[in-house]
Amino acid sequence: MADTQFDVIVVGGGPGGYVAAIRAAQLGLKAAVVEREHLGGICLNWGCIPTKALLRSSEVSHILHHLDAYGFSAKDISYDLKKVVDRSRKVAKQLSGGVAHLLKKNKVTVIDGHGKLAGTQGGLRKLDVTKDGKPVGTYTAKHVILATGARARTLPGMEPDGKTIVTYKEAMVPESMPKSLLVIGSGAIGMEFASFHHDMGCKVTVLEVVDRILPAEDEEISAFAQKQFAKQGMTIRTGVKIGKLEKTGKGAKATVEAGGKTETIEVDKVILAVGIVGNVEDLGLEGTKVKVEKTHVVINEWMETGEPGVYAIGDIAGPPWLAHKASHEGVICVERIAGVKGLHPLDVRKIPGCTYCRPQIASVGLSEAKAKAAGYEVRVGRFPFVGNGKAIALGEPEGMVKTVFDRKTGELLGAHMIGAEVTELIQGYGVAMTLETTEAELMHAVFPHPTLSEMMHESVLDAYGRAIHF
Amino acid sequence: MPISILMPALSPTMSEGNLAKWHVKVGDTVSAGDVIAEIETDKATMEVEAVDEGKIGRIVVSEGSEGVAVNAVIAWLLEEGESESDIPADGGGAPAPKPAPEAANAEAPKAEAPKPAAAPAAAAAPAPQPSSGGRVFASPLAKRMAEQAGLDLGSLKGSGPQGRIVKADIEAALAGGAPKATAAPAAAAPAQAAAPALGAAPSADVPGMPDYEEIPNSGMRKVIAKRLTESKQFAPHFYLTVDCEIDALLKVRKQLNDKAGDGVKLSVNDLVIRAAALALKQVPAANASWTEKAIRIYKQVDISVAVAIDDGLITPVIRDAGSKGLKQISAEMKDLATRARDRKLKPEEFQGGTFSISNLGMFGIKDFAAVINPPQGAILAVGAGEQRPVVKDGALAIATVMSCTLSVDHRVVDGAIGAQFLAAFKKLVEDPLTMLL
Repeated sequence: MADTQFDVIVVGGGPGGYVAAIRAAQLGLKAAVVEREHLGGICLNWGCIPTKALLRSSEVSHILHHLDAYGFSAKDISYDLKKVVDRSRKVAKQLSGGVAHLLKKNKVTVIDGHGKLAGTQGGLRKLDVTKDGKPVGTYTAKHVILATGARARTLPGMEPDGKTIVTYKEAMVPESMPKSLLVIGSGAIGMEFASFHHDMGCKVTVLEVVDRILPAEDEEISAFAQKQFAKQGMTIRTGVKIGKLEKTGKGAKATVEAGGKTETIEVDKVILAVGIVGNVEDLGLEGTKVKVEKTHVVINEWMETGEPGVYAIGDIAGPPWLAHKASHEGVICVERIAGVKGLHPLDVRKIPGCTYCRPQIASVGLSEAKAKAAGYEVRVGRFPFVGNGKAIALGEPEGMVKTVFDRKTGELLGAHMIGAEVTELIQGYGVAMTLETTEAELMHAVFPHPTLSEMMHESVLDAYGRAIHF
Repeated sequence: MPISILMPALSPTMSEGNLAKWHVKVGDTVSAGDVIAEIETDKATMEVEAVDEGKIGRIVVSEGSEGVAVNAVIAWLLEEGESESDIPADGGGAPAPKPAPEAANAEAPKAEAPKPAAAPAAAAAPAPQPSSGGRVFASPLAKRMAEQAGLDLGSLKGSGPQGRIVKADIEAALAGGAPKATAAPAAAAPAQAAAPALGAAPSADVPGMPDYEEIPNSGMRKVIAKRLTESKQFAPHFYLTVDCEIDALLKVRKQLNDKAGDGVKLSVNDLVIRAAALALKQVPAANASWTEKAIRIYKQVDISVAVAIDDGLITPVIRDAGSKGLKQISAEMKDLATRARDRKLKPEEFQGGTFSISNLGMFGIKDFAAVINPPQGAILAVGAGEQRPVVKDGALAIATVMSCTLSVDHRVVDGAIGAQFLAAFKKLVEDPLTMLL
C-alpha cells in the first residue's frame, strides 16, 4: 500500500507548492504535492515561462525589422507562428520535467489528482484526492498547505469563447496571428500580450478603465510606457468605459465610451486580461474556519488560515500575484511549521515586480505617490537611458531608472525602471532594500562600466544632487 | 495593565547604568523581593528586586546593555491573566522622549544642503558606537535611525540574521521606550568620541605579540582607566616620603585590641586612617581639590580607602573620619571592605571622599607612589612596617619602620603644605596616644 501519511501535504504543484514541498523535505519533513494538471503550475506551463519564450520571438522580430540600425539587411522576413508556439511549449515542457526531477531528488511524493480537505482523523488533516472524478486515495498530514493558484477573471458580458475572445491560456497557443487585436486590461499580463502581438506585426489596441496603463507601477513609469507604446504605433485608450463586447462574423467588436462619446472598435481577436480570481472551489473549505474573501483565502503573516493545520500560499492567498511571492511564502510557511528560528514574515514591499513587454518594466517598493501618501518626505532620483553608454551601444536609448528615498533616514523606499533588460537589474535594489542599505552604501558601491547597472548608481546619486553623467 | 520595571537610580546623582545581568527570563514568575537583575554603575553592582509579583512578560533591555538611562523601562511584569500583547505598544510612560520633531526638522536642511559636498559628509558621519566598544551588527539603515533617535545600538537586541539589528528593531525600541544613549543625541557624540580615545592603546597592536586572551573591560575597569588616565594627564604629581617608626603604635594597638574585646580588632590601617584624618584637620590645606576657578578646602575629612577586589579596586569612604574614634573607623572599614568585595556597596558609599589612602603593606611593599584619585588633591601610599636599622642618639638601633609616600597634586598643594601634613601625620603615628585624644 502506498504511503498515505505525511508531515506536510501541499495542494498544488506551482511555484508556491513545489518550492514549499522541497523546502519541507530539506527540513526533514515528509512531504507530498498533490497536482491535478502539471507540475510547475500556471507559471511554468501557462504563464511566466512560456510568455517569456514568446516574447523572445517577438524581440527577435523587432530586431529583424530594425536590422539596418546594426548594419544588416535582410529580405523576406517572415515567421512560422506554429514554430514560435512550439518553441514556447517545448520550453515549458522542459522545465516542468525539471520540477518533477527536483521533487524526486528531494524525495517528495507527487500525487496525481485533485486534493480536497476532508476533516480530521486522529489529530491529522485528511485530504481526499480524486482524478477525473474517480477517487485516488485518502491522505493525512499534520499540515496542509493550499497552493492552488488562480485563474483569469472574466466579467459579465465579456465571456471568452476560447477562440475569438480569449484569456491568457488560449492566447499562449495561437493558431494564427490576428491582423488586429484588442487587449482589455493593461496590467502586466495585458501589456505583455499587447507587446508580443505588436512586435509580431499585429495592430494592437489596449483598453484600460483607469486613467493610466500598468496602474500598479509608479505614475511616471506608466506615463513613460504609454508614450513608448504610442510611439511604436500601438493604440492605447485609458479612462474608458467598456460597454458591450460581442462576436461578429469575422471577429469581435467592443463598444467603448470615453469623454461622453461612444464608439465601436472592431478587431479580429480579443484578449481579456482583467485580473485573476483565486482557485478556492472544491477544496473542501465549506464548514471549515478557512475564510475566503473576494475569491482569496484569508491568511495571517505566517500563511495560517483560520483552520489549525491549514495554510495558504501564493495566488490563492491574494496579491501580489507573483510566482516569486508564492515561492517565498511557501518557504516561510514550511520553515515556520518546522520551527526554524529567527523567521521574519514576508515584507510585501520588498517583492519586485517585472513586466516583460518592450520596453521592460521592473519595480520594487513604494512608488513616489505611495511613499508620499505613507507620510514620507521623499528624495527622488532619475537617470535616463540616454545618459548611459551601454544603453546607447545596445541601441536602446529609451528608458529610465527612478529611485525614491526617505529624506530623513536615507532608506531606499522604492525603485522603478523602464527600458531594456531592467527586469534583470531590479534585484540589485531588492538586495539593497533587504540589507537595509541607505543611499550612502549605494553610492559607495562600485558598479561595473559599461553596464546598464551604472544607471542604478546614477539614479541614487541624482536623488542627492550628485549624478555625474546627466 | 502590565507593570513596567524601571531602571533604578542607585544614588541621587546616577543618570545611567549598565544592566549587568538578568536573574530572570521571560515567563518566569517572580514575587516581591526576588532578585531579578543586577545593575552595574561606576564601581558597584546592585541587585534589583521585584516590587510586585507577576510573570516577566518582556525584557526590554538585554543583559550586558550599557548606558541605560535611569527610569527607562527595562522589563514588563504581567499580572495574572495578562499576556505579552497587553504590554502597551508605546512602552507605557517610558520617560525616554521621542526625538523632538524640531531636532528632526533641524537636521533635514543640513542633510539637504544644496552644495553637493555636504551630502557625502552627512552620509559619512559615523554611526554611534555602542558604549560597550564591541562590534555591533546592524544594518546601515538601523545605524542611521539609531543615530538620529539617539539610541544606543549596544542596548538593543537584533532580530535580523545572526542577531543583526534591523530597522524593525529600532522601530520597536522607539515604540517600546528603549533607553536612550543620552537625552540629547548631540550631547552623546562628544562623550562617545572621547571613550575610544582612552581605550586606544597604540602599543597593543604591534606585530610579534604572542597569542592572548581578551578579557572584555568591565564597567569598573573602564572607570579605573578613565579616571587614572585623567589624573596623570591633568594633575601634576609630586611625591613626598617619610619613614614612621611604629613600634609604639603597634604596642598601643595590641593593648587596645586586648582590652576592647567584643571582636574588635584594630588594624594598623585603622590607625593610619585615624592619623591621616587628624593630620588633615591640623593641615586643612592638604584636604583640598583643584577647580579651574578656585581651590576648594573641604570642611570635613572624608577618607577614601582603596580596597582590592576581584578584577579591580574600589575606594569606600569613611565619612568625617576626623570625628570618628578608632573603634568606629575599624567597624566601618570592616563592613565597607566586606561589602566592597561582594560588590554590594551603594554608590554614595564609594563616591566622593576628600583624601585617599592606599595600603600595600600587607603585600610586603616597602614604599610606593600612588596615583591621585581625582578630584582629590592627594593620596597617601602606605608601605609595610618592617624592622630596619635606625640611628638613635648617634647609635645604631632597630625600629619597626613604615614608609609612607604622599602623592600630591601640585596645583592644589605645594611642597611645604605636603610636608606639614606628613610631619603632623608622622607625629601622630609615632606618638599614638595623641591620636586617642
